[in-house]
Amino acid sequence: MEIDPFIFRLSIFILSIFVGYYVVWSVTPSLHTPLMSVTNAISSVIIVGAIIAALSGSDGVVFSSSSIYGFLAIILAAVNIFGGFLVTQRMLAMYKKKKKDK
Amino acid sequence: MSANLSAILYLVSGVLFILALRGLSSPETSRQGNLFGIIGMVIAVTVTFLSVGNFSSGFIYVLIFLAVGGSLGAFIAYRIPMTAMPELVAGFHSLVGLAAVFVAISAFINPSAFNLGTPGNIKLASLIEMAIGAAVGAITFSGSVIAFLKLQGIMSGAPITFKGQHLLNALLLILIVILTIYLCSTQSSNLFWILIAISFLIGFLIIIPIGGADMPVVISMLNSYSGWAAAGIGFTLENTALIITGALVGSSGAILSYIMCKGMNRSFFNVILGGFGATDQTSGSQNKEQRPVKSGNADDAAFLMKNASSVIIVPGYGMAVAQAQHALREMVDTLKKNDIKVSYAIHPVAGRMPGHMNVLLAEANVPYDEVFELEEINNDFANADVAFVIGANDVTNPVAKTDPQSPIYGMPVLDVEKCKSVLFVKRSLSPGYAGIDNDLFYKENTLMLFADAKKMTEDITKNL
Repeated sequence: MEIDPFIFRLSIFILSIFVGYYVVWSVTPSLHTPLMSVTNAISSVIIVGAIIAALSGSDGVVFSSSSIYGFLAIILAAVNIFGGFLVTQRMLAMYKKKKKDK
Repeated sequence: MSANLSAILYLVSGVLFILALRGLSSPETSRQGNLFGIIGMVIAVTVTFLSVGNFSSGFIYVLIFLAVGGSLGAFIAYRIPMTAMPELVAGFHSLVGLAAVFVAISAFINPSAFNLGTPGNIKLASLIEMAIGAAVGAITFSGSVIAFLKLQGIMSGAPITFKGQHLLNALLLILIVILTIYLCSTQSSNLFWILIAISFLIGFLIIIPIGGADMPVVISMLNSYSGWAAAGIGFTLENTALIITGALVGSSGAILSYIMCKGMNRSFFNVILGGFGATDQTSGSQNKEQRPVKSGNADDAAFLMKNASSVIIVPGYGMAVAQAQHALREMVDTLKKNDIKVSYAIHPVAGRMPGHMNVLLAEANVPYDEVFELEEINNDFANADVAFVIGANDVTNPVAKTDPQSPIYGMPVLDVEKCKSVLFVKRSLSPGYAGIDNDLFYKENTLMLFADAKKMTEDITKNL
Protein backbone atom coordinates (compact mmCIF):
# COMPACT_ATOMS: atom_id res chain seq x y z
CA MET A 1 0.00 0.00 0.00
CA GLU A 2 1.28 3.41 -0.87
CA ILE A 3 1.78 6.03 1.80
CA ASP A 4 -0.35 9.13 1.49
CA PRO A 5 1.87 12.21 0.84
CA PHE A 6 0.00 13.87 3.69
CA ILE A 7 1.85 11.58 6.08
CA PHE A 8 5.18 12.90 4.78
CA ARG A 9 4.08 16.47 5.37
CA LEU A 10 2.81 15.55 8.81
CA SER A 11 6.23 14.02 9.59
CA ILE A 12 7.97 17.21 8.49
CA PHE A 13 5.55 19.22 10.64
CA ILE A 14 6.06 17.15 13.78
CA LEU A 15 9.85 17.07 13.41
CA SER A 16 9.91 20.84 12.80
CA ILE A 17 8.04 21.39 16.05
CA PHE A 18 10.82 19.54 17.84
CA VAL A 19 13.52 21.45 15.97
CA GLY A 20 11.74 24.67 16.89
CA TYR A 21 11.50 23.58 20.51
CA TYR A 22 15.23 23.01 20.90
CA VAL A 23 16.32 25.97 18.79
CA VAL A 24 14.10 28.44 20.63
CA TRP A 25 15.20 27.24 24.08
CA SER A 26 18.76 28.09 23.06
CA VAL A 27 17.81 31.69 22.23
CA THR A 28 19.24 34.04 24.85
CA PRO A 29 16.49 35.82 26.83
CA SER A 30 17.89 39.23 25.98
CA LEU A 31 17.06 38.57 22.33
CA HIS A 32 13.45 37.53 22.90
CA THR A 33 12.06 40.69 21.30
CA PRO A 34 14.09 40.24 18.08
CA LEU A 35 12.99 36.59 18.18
CA MET A 36 9.37 37.68 18.03
CA SER A 37 9.92 40.14 15.23
CA VAL A 38 11.93 37.67 13.15
CA THR A 39 9.37 34.86 13.63
CA ASN A 40 6.86 37.43 12.51
CA ALA A 41 8.82 38.03 9.34
CA ILE A 42 9.38 34.39 8.50
CA SER A 43 5.79 33.35 9.15
CA SER A 44 4.92 35.75 6.35
CA VAL A 45 6.30 33.15 3.97
CA ILE A 46 2.55 32.66 3.66
CA ILE A 47 3.08 35.13 0.80
CA VAL A 48 3.81 32.00 -1.25
CA GLY A 49 0.13 31.12 -1.04
CA ALA A 50 -0.85 34.70 -1.70
CA ILE A 51 1.18 34.82 -4.92
CA ILE A 52 -0.36 31.57 -6.19
CA ALA A 53 -3.81 32.95 -5.38
CA ALA A 54 -3.11 36.28 -7.08
CA LEU A 55 -1.85 34.64 -10.27
CA SER A 56 -4.77 32.21 -10.42
CA GLY A 57 -6.90 34.39 -12.68
CA SER A 58 -7.38 33.18 -16.23
CA ASP A 59 -5.78 35.01 -19.17
CA GLY A 60 -6.80 38.63 -19.50
CA VAL A 61 -8.61 38.70 -16.18
CA VAL A 62 -6.18 39.90 -13.55
CA PHE A 63 -8.66 40.67 -10.80
CA SER A 64 -11.12 37.85 -10.26
CA SER A 65 -13.04 37.20 -7.05
CA SER A 66 -10.37 34.79 -5.86
CA SER A 67 -7.25 36.65 -7.02
CA ILE A 68 -8.35 39.86 -5.23
CA TYR A 69 -7.88 38.07 -1.93
CA GLY A 70 -4.46 36.96 -3.12
CA PHE A 71 -3.44 40.54 -3.90
CA LEU A 72 -4.68 41.77 -0.53
CA ALA A 73 -2.75 39.00 1.20
CA ILE A 74 0.39 39.97 -0.76
CA ILE A 75 0.23 43.51 0.61
CA LEU A 76 -0.25 42.30 4.19
CA ALA A 77 2.52 39.72 3.97
CA ALA A 78 4.89 42.16 2.25
CA VAL A 79 4.44 44.72 5.03
CA ASN A 80 5.36 42.00 7.46
CA ILE A 81 8.32 40.61 5.56
CA PHE A 82 10.03 43.94 4.98
CA GLY A 83 8.93 45.42 8.29
CA GLY A 84 9.82 42.31 10.27
CA PHE A 85 13.30 41.73 8.88
CA LEU A 86 14.26 45.41 8.87
CA VAL A 87 13.10 46.11 12.39
CA THR A 88 14.93 42.99 13.57
CA GLN A 89 18.08 44.19 11.85
CA ARG A 90 17.66 47.61 13.44
CA MET A 91 17.33 46.07 16.88
CA LEU A 92 20.19 43.63 16.49
CA ALA A 93 22.50 46.43 15.34
CA MET A 94 22.02 48.05 18.74
CA TYR A 95 23.31 45.12 20.79
CA LYS A 96 26.91 45.97 21.52
CA LYS A 97 29.55 44.50 23.77
CA LYS A 98 31.38 46.48 26.41
CA LYS A 99 34.33 48.41 25.02
CA LYS A 100 37.53 46.76 26.18
CA ASP A 101 39.70 49.88 26.48
CA LYS A 102 37.74 51.46 29.30
CA MET B 1 10.36 24.58 -12.87
CA SER B 2 9.78 20.94 -11.96
CA ALA B 3 7.72 20.17 -8.90
CA ASN B 4 10.55 18.19 -7.32
CA LEU B 5 13.10 20.96 -7.72
CA SER B 6 10.79 23.56 -6.24
CA ALA B 7 9.97 21.24 -3.33
CA ILE B 8 13.69 20.92 -2.60
CA LEU B 9 14.19 24.68 -2.78
CA TYR B 10 11.28 25.22 -0.40
CA LEU B 11 13.00 22.81 1.96
CA VAL B 12 16.19 24.87 1.64
CA SER B 13 14.36 28.02 2.62
CA GLY B 14 12.79 26.18 5.57
CA VAL B 15 16.29 25.19 6.73
CA LEU B 16 17.48 28.79 6.34
CA PHE B 17 14.63 29.90 8.61
CA ILE B 18 15.77 27.39 11.23
CA LEU B 19 19.28 28.88 10.99
CA ALA B 20 17.79 32.36 11.36
CA LEU B 21 16.37 31.40 14.75
CA ARG B 22 19.52 29.49 15.67
CA GLY B 23 21.54 32.68 15.15
CA LEU B 24 19.66 34.37 17.97
CA SER B 25 21.41 32.21 20.56
CA SER B 26 23.95 35.02 20.91
CA PRO B 27 24.07 38.65 19.82
CA GLU B 28 27.25 38.03 17.78
CA THR B 29 25.64 35.46 15.48
CA SER B 30 22.22 37.10 15.41
CA ARG B 31 22.86 39.50 12.54
CA GLN B 32 24.07 36.65 10.35
CA GLY B 33 20.96 34.70 11.35
CA ASN B 34 18.73 37.52 10.19
CA LEU B 35 20.53 37.46 6.84
CA PHE B 36 19.81 33.72 6.51
CA GLY B 37 16.15 34.50 7.12
CA ILE B 38 16.12 37.10 4.36
CA ILE B 39 17.83 34.72 1.90
CA GLY B 40 15.29 32.02 2.78
CA MET B 41 12.45 34.42 2.05
CA VAL B 42 13.95 35.49 -1.29
CA ILE B 43 14.33 31.85 -2.33
CA ALA B 44 10.76 31.00 -1.36
CA VAL B 45 9.28 33.93 -3.28
CA THR B 46 11.44 33.37 -6.36
CA VAL B 47 10.63 29.67 -6.51
CA THR B 48 6.93 30.46 -6.27
CA PHE B 49 7.12 32.84 -9.24
CA LEU B 50 9.06 30.31 -11.30
CA SER B 51 6.81 27.36 -10.49
CA VAL B 52 3.60 29.26 -11.21
CA GLY B 53 5.31 30.37 -14.42
CA ASN B 54 2.70 32.99 -15.21
CA PHE B 55 4.45 36.18 -16.25
CA SER B 56 1.44 37.86 -17.82
CA SER B 57 0.01 41.20 -16.73
CA GLY B 58 -0.93 39.66 -13.37
CA PHE B 59 2.76 39.28 -12.57
CA ILE B 60 3.30 43.04 -12.93
CA TYR B 61 0.46 43.67 -10.49
CA VAL B 62 1.95 41.19 -8.03
CA LEU B 63 5.22 43.13 -8.15
CA ILE B 64 3.38 46.42 -7.64
CA PHE B 65 1.45 45.13 -4.63
CA LEU B 66 4.64 43.62 -3.28
CA ALA B 67 6.40 46.98 -3.61
CA VAL B 68 3.53 48.88 -1.99
CA GLY B 69 3.40 46.55 1.02
CA GLY B 70 7.18 46.33 1.20
CA SER B 71 7.76 50.06 1.26
CA LEU B 72 5.04 50.51 3.84
CA GLY B 73 6.70 47.85 6.00
CA ALA B 74 10.15 49.36 5.54
CA PHE B 75 8.83 52.81 6.40
CA ILE B 76 7.25 51.51 9.62
CA ALA B 77 10.39 49.56 10.54
CA TYR B 78 12.60 52.64 10.30
CA ARG B 79 10.24 55.06 11.97
CA ILE B 80 8.96 53.04 14.91
CA PRO B 81 10.42 54.06 18.29
CA MET B 82 11.87 51.16 20.27
CA THR B 83 9.43 51.76 23.11
CA ALA B 84 6.56 50.94 20.75
CA MET B 85 7.94 47.51 19.88
CA PRO B 86 5.14 45.56 21.65
CA GLU B 87 2.49 47.40 19.63
CA LEU B 88 4.43 46.83 16.43
CA VAL B 89 4.75 43.10 17.02
CA ALA B 90 1.05 42.80 17.89
CA GLY B 91 0.19 44.73 14.74
CA PHE B 92 2.39 42.49 12.59
CA HIS B 93 0.78 39.38 14.09
CA SER B 94 -2.62 40.63 13.03
CA LEU B 95 -1.37 40.99 9.44
CA VAL B 96 -0.11 37.39 9.31
CA GLY B 97 -3.47 36.22 10.65
CA LEU B 98 -5.45 38.20 8.11
CA ALA B 99 -3.18 37.10 5.26
CA ALA B 100 -3.84 33.47 6.26
CA VAL B 101 -7.58 34.13 6.18
CA PHE B 102 -7.36 35.73 2.72
CA VAL B 103 -5.30 32.88 1.28
CA ALA B 104 -7.78 30.36 2.70
CA ILE B 105 -10.72 32.27 1.22
CA SER B 106 -9.05 32.45 -2.16
CA ALA B 107 -8.31 28.72 -2.07
CA PHE B 108 -11.93 28.04 -1.16
CA ILE B 109 -13.30 30.14 -4.03
CA ASN B 110 -10.87 28.89 -6.63
CA PRO B 111 -9.48 25.53 -5.46
CA SER B 112 -8.32 24.48 -8.92
CA ALA B 113 -5.54 27.08 -8.83
CA PHE B 114 -4.09 25.20 -5.87
CA ASN B 115 -4.77 21.69 -7.24
CA LEU B 116 -7.33 21.06 -4.54
CA GLY B 117 -10.29 20.04 -6.69
CA THR B 118 -13.13 22.14 -8.08
CA PRO B 119 -15.46 24.58 -6.28
CA GLY B 120 -18.07 22.64 -4.32
CA ASN B 121 -15.96 19.52 -4.65
CA ILE B 122 -12.81 20.23 -2.67
CA LYS B 123 -10.71 17.37 -1.32
CA LEU B 124 -11.80 16.56 2.21
CA ALA B 125 -8.34 16.84 3.79
CA SER B 126 -7.71 20.19 2.08
CA LEU B 127 -11.03 21.51 3.25
CA ILE B 128 -10.26 20.64 6.87
CA GLU B 129 -6.79 22.21 6.62
CA MET B 130 -8.28 25.29 4.99
CA ALA B 131 -10.91 25.63 7.71
CA ILE B 132 -8.27 25.29 10.45
CA GLY B 133 -5.95 27.79 8.76
CA ALA B 134 -8.77 30.30 8.28
CA ALA B 135 -10.14 29.90 11.81
CA VAL B 136 -6.77 30.20 13.55
CA GLY B 137 -5.82 33.08 11.25
CA ALA B 138 -9.03 34.93 12.07
CA ILE B 139 -8.54 34.40 15.82
CA THR B 140 -4.96 35.68 15.49
CA PHE B 141 -6.15 38.73 13.59
CA SER B 142 -8.89 39.96 15.90
CA GLY B 143 -6.94 38.95 19.03
CA SER B 144 -3.90 40.90 17.87
CA VAL B 145 -5.98 43.92 16.98
CA ILE B 146 -7.35 44.02 20.54
CA ALA B 147 -3.86 43.50 21.97
CA PHE B 148 -2.61 46.34 19.76
CA LEU B 149 -5.41 48.68 20.91
CA LYS B 150 -4.73 47.85 24.55
CA LEU B 151 -0.98 48.37 24.21
CA GLN B 152 -1.44 51.59 22.28
CA GLY B 153 -3.75 52.85 25.03
CA ILE B 154 -6.64 53.39 22.62
CA MET B 155 -8.50 50.74 24.59
CA SER B 156 -8.24 50.57 28.37
CA GLY B 157 -5.70 48.04 29.59
CA ALA B 158 -8.10 46.99 32.32
CA PRO B 159 -9.59 43.52 31.95
CA ILE B 160 -13.12 43.54 30.54
CA THR B 161 -15.14 40.70 31.98
CA PHE B 162 -18.79 39.76 32.06
CA LYS B 163 -20.84 36.88 33.37
CA GLY B 164 -20.80 33.67 31.39
CA GLN B 165 -17.78 34.80 29.37
CA HIS B 166 -15.95 31.49 29.55
CA LEU B 167 -19.11 29.55 28.82
CA LEU B 168 -19.70 31.69 25.73
CA ASN B 169 -16.13 31.15 24.50
CA ALA B 170 -16.42 27.40 25.04
CA LEU B 171 -19.75 27.27 23.18
CA LEU B 172 -18.31 29.24 20.27
CA LEU B 173 -15.32 26.90 20.05
CA ILE B 174 -17.65 23.89 19.97
CA LEU B 175 -19.70 25.67 17.33
CA ILE B 176 -16.56 26.04 15.18
CA VAL B 177 -15.92 22.31 15.33
CA ILE B 178 -19.53 21.55 14.40
CA LEU B 179 -19.42 24.06 11.55
CA THR B 180 -16.22 22.50 10.22
CA ILE B 181 -17.87 19.08 10.18
CA TYR B 182 -20.91 20.44 8.35
CA LEU B 183 -18.68 22.37 5.98
CA CYS B 184 -16.93 19.14 5.02
CA SER B 185 -20.16 17.34 4.24
CA THR B 186 -21.97 20.20 2.44
CA GLN B 187 -19.09 22.31 1.01
CA SER B 188 -21.37 25.29 1.51
CA SER B 189 -19.66 28.65 1.14
CA ASN B 190 -22.10 30.25 3.60
CA LEU B 191 -20.85 27.93 6.33
CA PHE B 192 -17.28 28.91 5.46
CA TRP B 193 -18.10 32.60 5.90
CA ILE B 194 -19.91 31.97 9.19
CA LEU B 195 -16.93 29.94 10.39
CA ILE B 196 -14.60 32.86 9.71
CA ALA B 197 -16.95 35.38 11.33
CA ILE B 198 -17.23 33.32 14.52
CA SER B 199 -13.45 32.93 14.64
CA PHE B 200 -13.05 36.71 14.48
CA LEU B 201 -15.48 36.96 17.38
CA ILE B 202 -13.58 34.38 19.44
CA GLY B 203 -10.25 36.19 19.00
CA PHE B 204 -11.91 39.36 20.22
CA LEU B 205 -13.55 37.65 23.22
CA ILE B 206 -10.40 35.79 24.26
CA ILE B 207 -8.24 38.90 24.55
CA ILE B 208 -10.60 41.49 26.12
CA PRO B 209 -10.53 39.92 29.63
CA ILE B 210 -6.74 39.98 29.78
CA GLY B 211 -5.13 42.92 31.55
CA GLY B 212 -2.26 45.17 30.48
CA ALA B 213 0.59 43.60 32.41
CA ASP B 214 -0.33 40.14 31.13
CA MET B 215 0.43 41.36 27.62
CA PRO B 216 3.79 39.51 27.45
CA VAL B 217 1.82 36.25 27.60
CA VAL B 218 -0.78 37.46 25.11
CA ILE B 219 1.77 38.61 22.54
CA SER B 220 3.69 35.34 22.80
CA MET B 221 0.47 33.38 22.51
CA LEU B 222 -0.63 35.28 19.40
CA ASN B 223 2.86 34.74 18.00
CA SER B 224 2.26 31.03 18.44
CA TYR B 225 -1.20 31.21 16.82
CA SER B 226 0.13 33.03 13.78
CA GLY B 227 2.55 30.13 13.36
CA TRP B 228 -0.16 27.47 13.56
CA ALA B 229 -2.27 29.42 11.07
CA ALA B 230 0.65 29.48 8.64
CA ALA B 231 1.19 25.76 9.15
CA GLY B 232 -2.50 25.07 8.44
CA ILE B 233 -2.25 26.96 5.15
CA GLY B 234 1.04 25.14 4.50
CA PHE B 235 -0.79 21.80 4.60
CA THR B 236 -3.45 23.14 2.23
CA LEU B 237 -0.84 24.33 -0.25
CA GLU B 238 1.31 21.23 0.31
CA ASN B 239 4.24 23.58 0.84
CA THR B 240 7.19 22.44 2.98
CA ALA B 241 8.60 25.92 3.62
CA LEU B 242 5.29 27.03 5.07
CA ILE B 243 4.84 23.88 7.16
CA ILE B 244 8.36 24.11 8.64
CA THR B 245 8.02 27.81 9.35
CA GLY B 246 4.59 27.42 10.87
CA ALA B 247 5.86 24.72 13.22
CA LEU B 248 8.92 26.81 14.17
CA VAL B 249 6.92 29.93 14.90
CA GLY B 250 4.19 27.97 16.65
CA SER B 251 6.59 26.32 19.05
CA SER B 252 8.59 29.51 19.51
CA GLY B 253 5.51 31.42 20.65
CA ALA B 254 4.43 28.56 22.88
CA ILE B 255 7.83 28.48 24.62
CA LEU B 256 7.80 32.24 25.13
CA SER B 257 4.30 32.05 26.65
CA TYR B 258 5.53 29.32 28.96
CA ILE B 259 8.56 31.39 30.06
CA MET B 260 6.34 34.42 30.68
CA CYS B 261 3.81 32.42 32.71
CA LYS B 262 6.63 30.94 34.76
CA GLY B 263 7.97 34.45 35.37
CA MET B 264 4.63 35.28 36.99
CA ASN B 265 4.13 31.91 38.65
CA ARG B 266 0.75 31.60 36.99
CA SER B 267 -0.66 28.85 34.85
CA PHE B 268 -1.39 29.58 31.23
CA PHE B 269 -5.11 29.08 31.81
CA ASN B 270 -5.08 31.42 34.76
CA VAL B 271 -3.79 34.19 32.49
CA ILE B 272 -6.15 33.37 29.64
CA LEU B 273 -9.20 33.19 31.88
CA GLY B 274 -8.89 36.76 33.02
CA GLY B 275 -6.70 39.32 34.76
CA PHE B 276 -5.71 39.84 38.37
CA GLY B 277 -7.86 42.90 38.82
CA ALA B 278 -11.02 41.09 37.81
CA THR B 279 -10.87 38.26 40.31
CA ASP B 280 -12.26 38.74 43.79
CA GLN B 281 -9.38 39.24 46.12
CA THR B 282 -9.56 38.10 49.69
CA SER B 283 -6.18 39.42 50.72
CA GLY B 284 -6.68 42.10 53.33
CA SER B 285 -4.63 44.82 51.73
CA GLN B 286 -7.44 47.32 52.25
CA ASN B 287 -7.56 47.22 56.03
CA LYS B 288 -3.85 47.77 56.48
CA GLU B 289 -2.96 50.88 58.45
CA GLN B 290 -1.02 53.69 56.83
CA ARG B 291 2.63 52.84 57.20
CA PRO B 292 5.41 55.41 57.20
CA VAL B 293 7.67 55.69 54.18
CA LYS B 294 10.92 57.56 53.78
CA SER B 295 11.05 59.79 50.79
CA GLY B 296 13.96 61.72 49.41
CA ASN B 297 15.08 63.92 46.56
CA ALA B 298 17.65 63.71 43.81
CA ASP B 299 20.33 65.10 46.09
CA ASP B 300 19.89 62.30 48.66
CA ALA B 301 19.92 59.70 45.90
CA ALA B 302 23.08 61.14 44.37
CA PHE B 303 24.77 61.13 47.78
CA LEU B 304 23.90 57.47 48.39
CA MET B 305 25.11 56.40 44.98
CA LYS B 306 28.32 58.41 45.11
CA ASN B 307 29.30 56.58 48.25
CA ALA B 308 28.45 53.17 46.88
CA SER B 309 30.90 50.82 45.26
CA SER B 310 28.32 48.77 43.38
CA VAL B 311 24.88 49.67 42.06
CA ILE B 312 22.26 47.39 40.51
CA ILE B 313 19.61 48.92 38.30
CA VAL B 314 16.16 47.32 38.09
CA PRO B 315 14.21 48.70 35.12
CA GLY B 316 10.52 48.05 34.47
CA TYR B 317 7.65 49.13 32.27
CA GLY B 318 7.65 52.59 33.88
CA MET B 319 11.05 53.25 32.35
CA ALA B 320 9.61 52.57 28.89
CA VAL B 321 6.63 54.84 29.55
CA ALA B 322 8.86 57.69 30.75
CA GLN B 323 11.37 57.04 27.90
CA ALA B 324 14.02 57.21 30.60
CA GLN B 325 16.51 54.73 29.13
CA HIS B 326 18.87 57.36 27.68
CA ALA B 327 18.82 59.48 30.83
CA LEU B 328 19.50 56.31 32.79
CA ARG B 329 22.54 55.45 30.68
CA GLU B 330 23.93 58.95 31.20
CA MET B 331 23.55 58.55 34.94
CA VAL B 332 25.33 55.20 34.78
CA ASP B 333 28.16 56.72 32.73
CA THR B 334 28.70 59.30 35.45
CA LEU B 335 28.67 56.59 38.11
CA LYS B 336 31.21 54.57 36.16
CA LYS B 337 33.51 57.58 35.95
CA ASN B 338 33.50 57.51 39.75
CA ASP B 339 34.63 53.86 39.66
CA ILE B 340 31.29 52.50 40.73
CA LYS B 341 30.37 49.07 39.41
CA VAL B 342 26.98 49.09 37.71
CA SER B 343 24.91 46.20 36.41
CA TYR B 344 21.29 45.80 35.29
CA ALA B 345 18.82 43.19 36.55
CA ILE B 346 15.98 42.20 34.23
CA HIS B 347 12.97 40.27 35.41
CA PRO B 348 11.50 37.93 32.74
CA VAL B 349 8.15 39.77 32.71
CA ALA B 350 9.48 43.32 33.01
CA GLY B 351 7.84 45.41 30.31
CA ARG B 352 5.09 44.51 27.92
CA MET B 353 6.76 41.79 25.87
CA PRO B 354 9.56 39.24 26.25
CA GLY B 355 12.94 40.99 26.11
CA HIS B 356 11.36 44.47 26.06
CA MET B 357 13.81 45.98 28.60
CA ASN B 358 16.85 44.49 26.87
CA VAL B 359 15.97 46.19 23.60
CA LEU B 360 15.45 49.55 25.29
CA LEU B 361 18.78 49.33 27.11
CA ALA B 362 20.49 48.25 23.90
CA GLU B 363 18.96 51.28 22.21
CA ALA B 364 20.50 53.49 24.89
CA ASN B 365 23.92 51.95 24.10
CA VAL B 366 24.09 49.84 27.24
CA PRO B 367 26.48 46.94 26.49
CA TYR B 368 24.57 43.65 26.66
CA ASP B 369 27.17 42.04 28.91
CA GLU B 370 26.22 44.44 31.71
CA VAL B 371 22.60 43.27 31.57
CA PHE B 372 21.69 40.16 33.55
CA GLU B 373 18.68 37.88 33.91
CA LEU B 374 16.98 37.18 37.21
CA GLU B 375 18.80 33.91 38.01
CA GLU B 376 22.18 35.31 37.04
CA ILE B 377 22.09 38.34 39.29
CA ASN B 378 19.71 37.59 42.15
CA ASN B 379 22.49 36.54 44.53
CA ASP B 380 24.40 39.76 43.91
CA PHE B 381 21.84 42.00 45.59
CA ALA B 382 23.08 40.95 49.03
CA ASN B 383 26.55 42.30 48.18
CA ALA B 384 25.45 45.45 46.38
CA ASP B 385 25.28 48.85 48.01
CA VAL B 386 22.43 50.45 46.13
CA ALA B 387 19.54 49.06 44.12
CA PHE B 388 17.99 51.62 41.79
CA VAL B 389 14.44 50.53 40.92
CA ILE B 390 13.12 52.51 37.99
CA GLY B 391 9.62 51.79 36.77
CA ALA B 392 9.39 48.27 38.17
CA ASN B 393 7.09 47.34 41.04
CA ASP B 394 5.49 43.92 41.46
CA VAL B 395 8.63 42.11 40.34
CA THR B 396 10.47 43.48 43.39
CA ASN B 397 7.76 42.81 45.97
CA PRO B 398 9.15 40.68 48.82
CA VAL B 399 5.57 39.64 49.66
CA ALA B 400 5.88 37.04 46.90
CA LYS B 401 8.33 35.21 49.14
CA THR B 402 6.74 35.79 52.56
CA ASP B 403 2.96 35.96 52.38
CA PRO B 404 1.18 32.81 51.13
CA GLN B 405 -2.09 34.81 51.07
CA SER B 406 -0.80 37.20 48.46
CA PRO B 407 -1.97 36.75 44.87
CA ILE B 408 1.61 36.94 43.68
CA TYR B 409 2.94 34.44 46.24
CA GLY B 410 5.48 32.13 44.62
CA MET B 411 6.28 34.45 41.76
CA PRO B 412 10.04 34.71 41.26
CA VAL B 413 11.08 38.22 42.33
CA LEU B 414 14.32 40.16 42.42
CA ASP B 415 15.79 40.19 45.94
CA VAL B 416 16.10 43.96 45.90
CA GLU B 417 15.46 44.33 49.64
CA LYS B 418 18.76 42.56 50.40
CA CYS B 419 20.70 45.58 49.16
CA LYS B 420 22.14 47.96 51.73
CA SER B 421 19.87 50.67 50.41
CA VAL B 422 17.11 50.78 47.85
CA LEU B 423 16.20 53.79 45.74
CA PHE B 424 12.71 53.43 44.35
CA VAL B 425 11.71 55.87 41.62
CA LYS B 426 7.94 56.05 41.38
CA ARG B 427 5.25 58.65 40.85
CA SER B 428 3.19 57.72 43.91
CA LEU B 429 2.60 54.94 46.41
CA SER B 430 -0.16 53.43 44.27
CA PRO B 431 -0.03 49.66 43.94
CA GLY B 432 1.19 47.98 40.77
CA TYR B 433 -0.72 45.88 38.32
CA ALA B 434 -1.39 43.03 40.76
CA GLY B 435 -3.30 45.54 42.91
CA ILE B 436 -1.28 44.84 46.02
CA ASP B 437 0.91 47.00 48.20
CA ASN B 438 4.64 46.62 47.80
CA ASP B 439 6.26 45.88 51.18
CA LEU B 440 9.48 47.22 49.82
CA PHE B 441 8.16 50.80 50.12
CA TYR B 442 8.07 50.53 53.90
CA LYS B 443 11.44 48.88 54.50
CA GLU B 444 13.89 50.87 56.56
CA ASN B 445 16.56 50.82 53.89
CA THR B 446 14.21 52.06 51.16
CA LEU B 447 14.22 55.64 50.01
CA MET B 448 11.27 56.57 47.82
CA LEU B 449 11.93 59.08 45.05
CA PHE B 450 8.54 60.45 44.03
CA ALA B 451 8.96 61.83 40.52
CA ASP B 452 8.84 61.10 36.84
CA ALA B 453 11.49 58.49 36.10
CA LYS B 454 13.24 60.48 33.39
CA LYS B 455 13.30 63.77 35.28
CA MET B 456 14.52 62.15 38.48
CA THR B 457 17.31 60.33 36.67
CA GLU B 458 18.44 63.56 35.02
CA ASP B 459 18.38 65.40 38.34
CA ILE B 460 20.46 62.71 40.01
CA THR B 461 23.05 62.95 37.23
CA LYS B 462 23.31 66.70 37.82
CA ASN B 463 23.87 66.14 41.52
CA LEU B 464 26.51 63.47 41.12
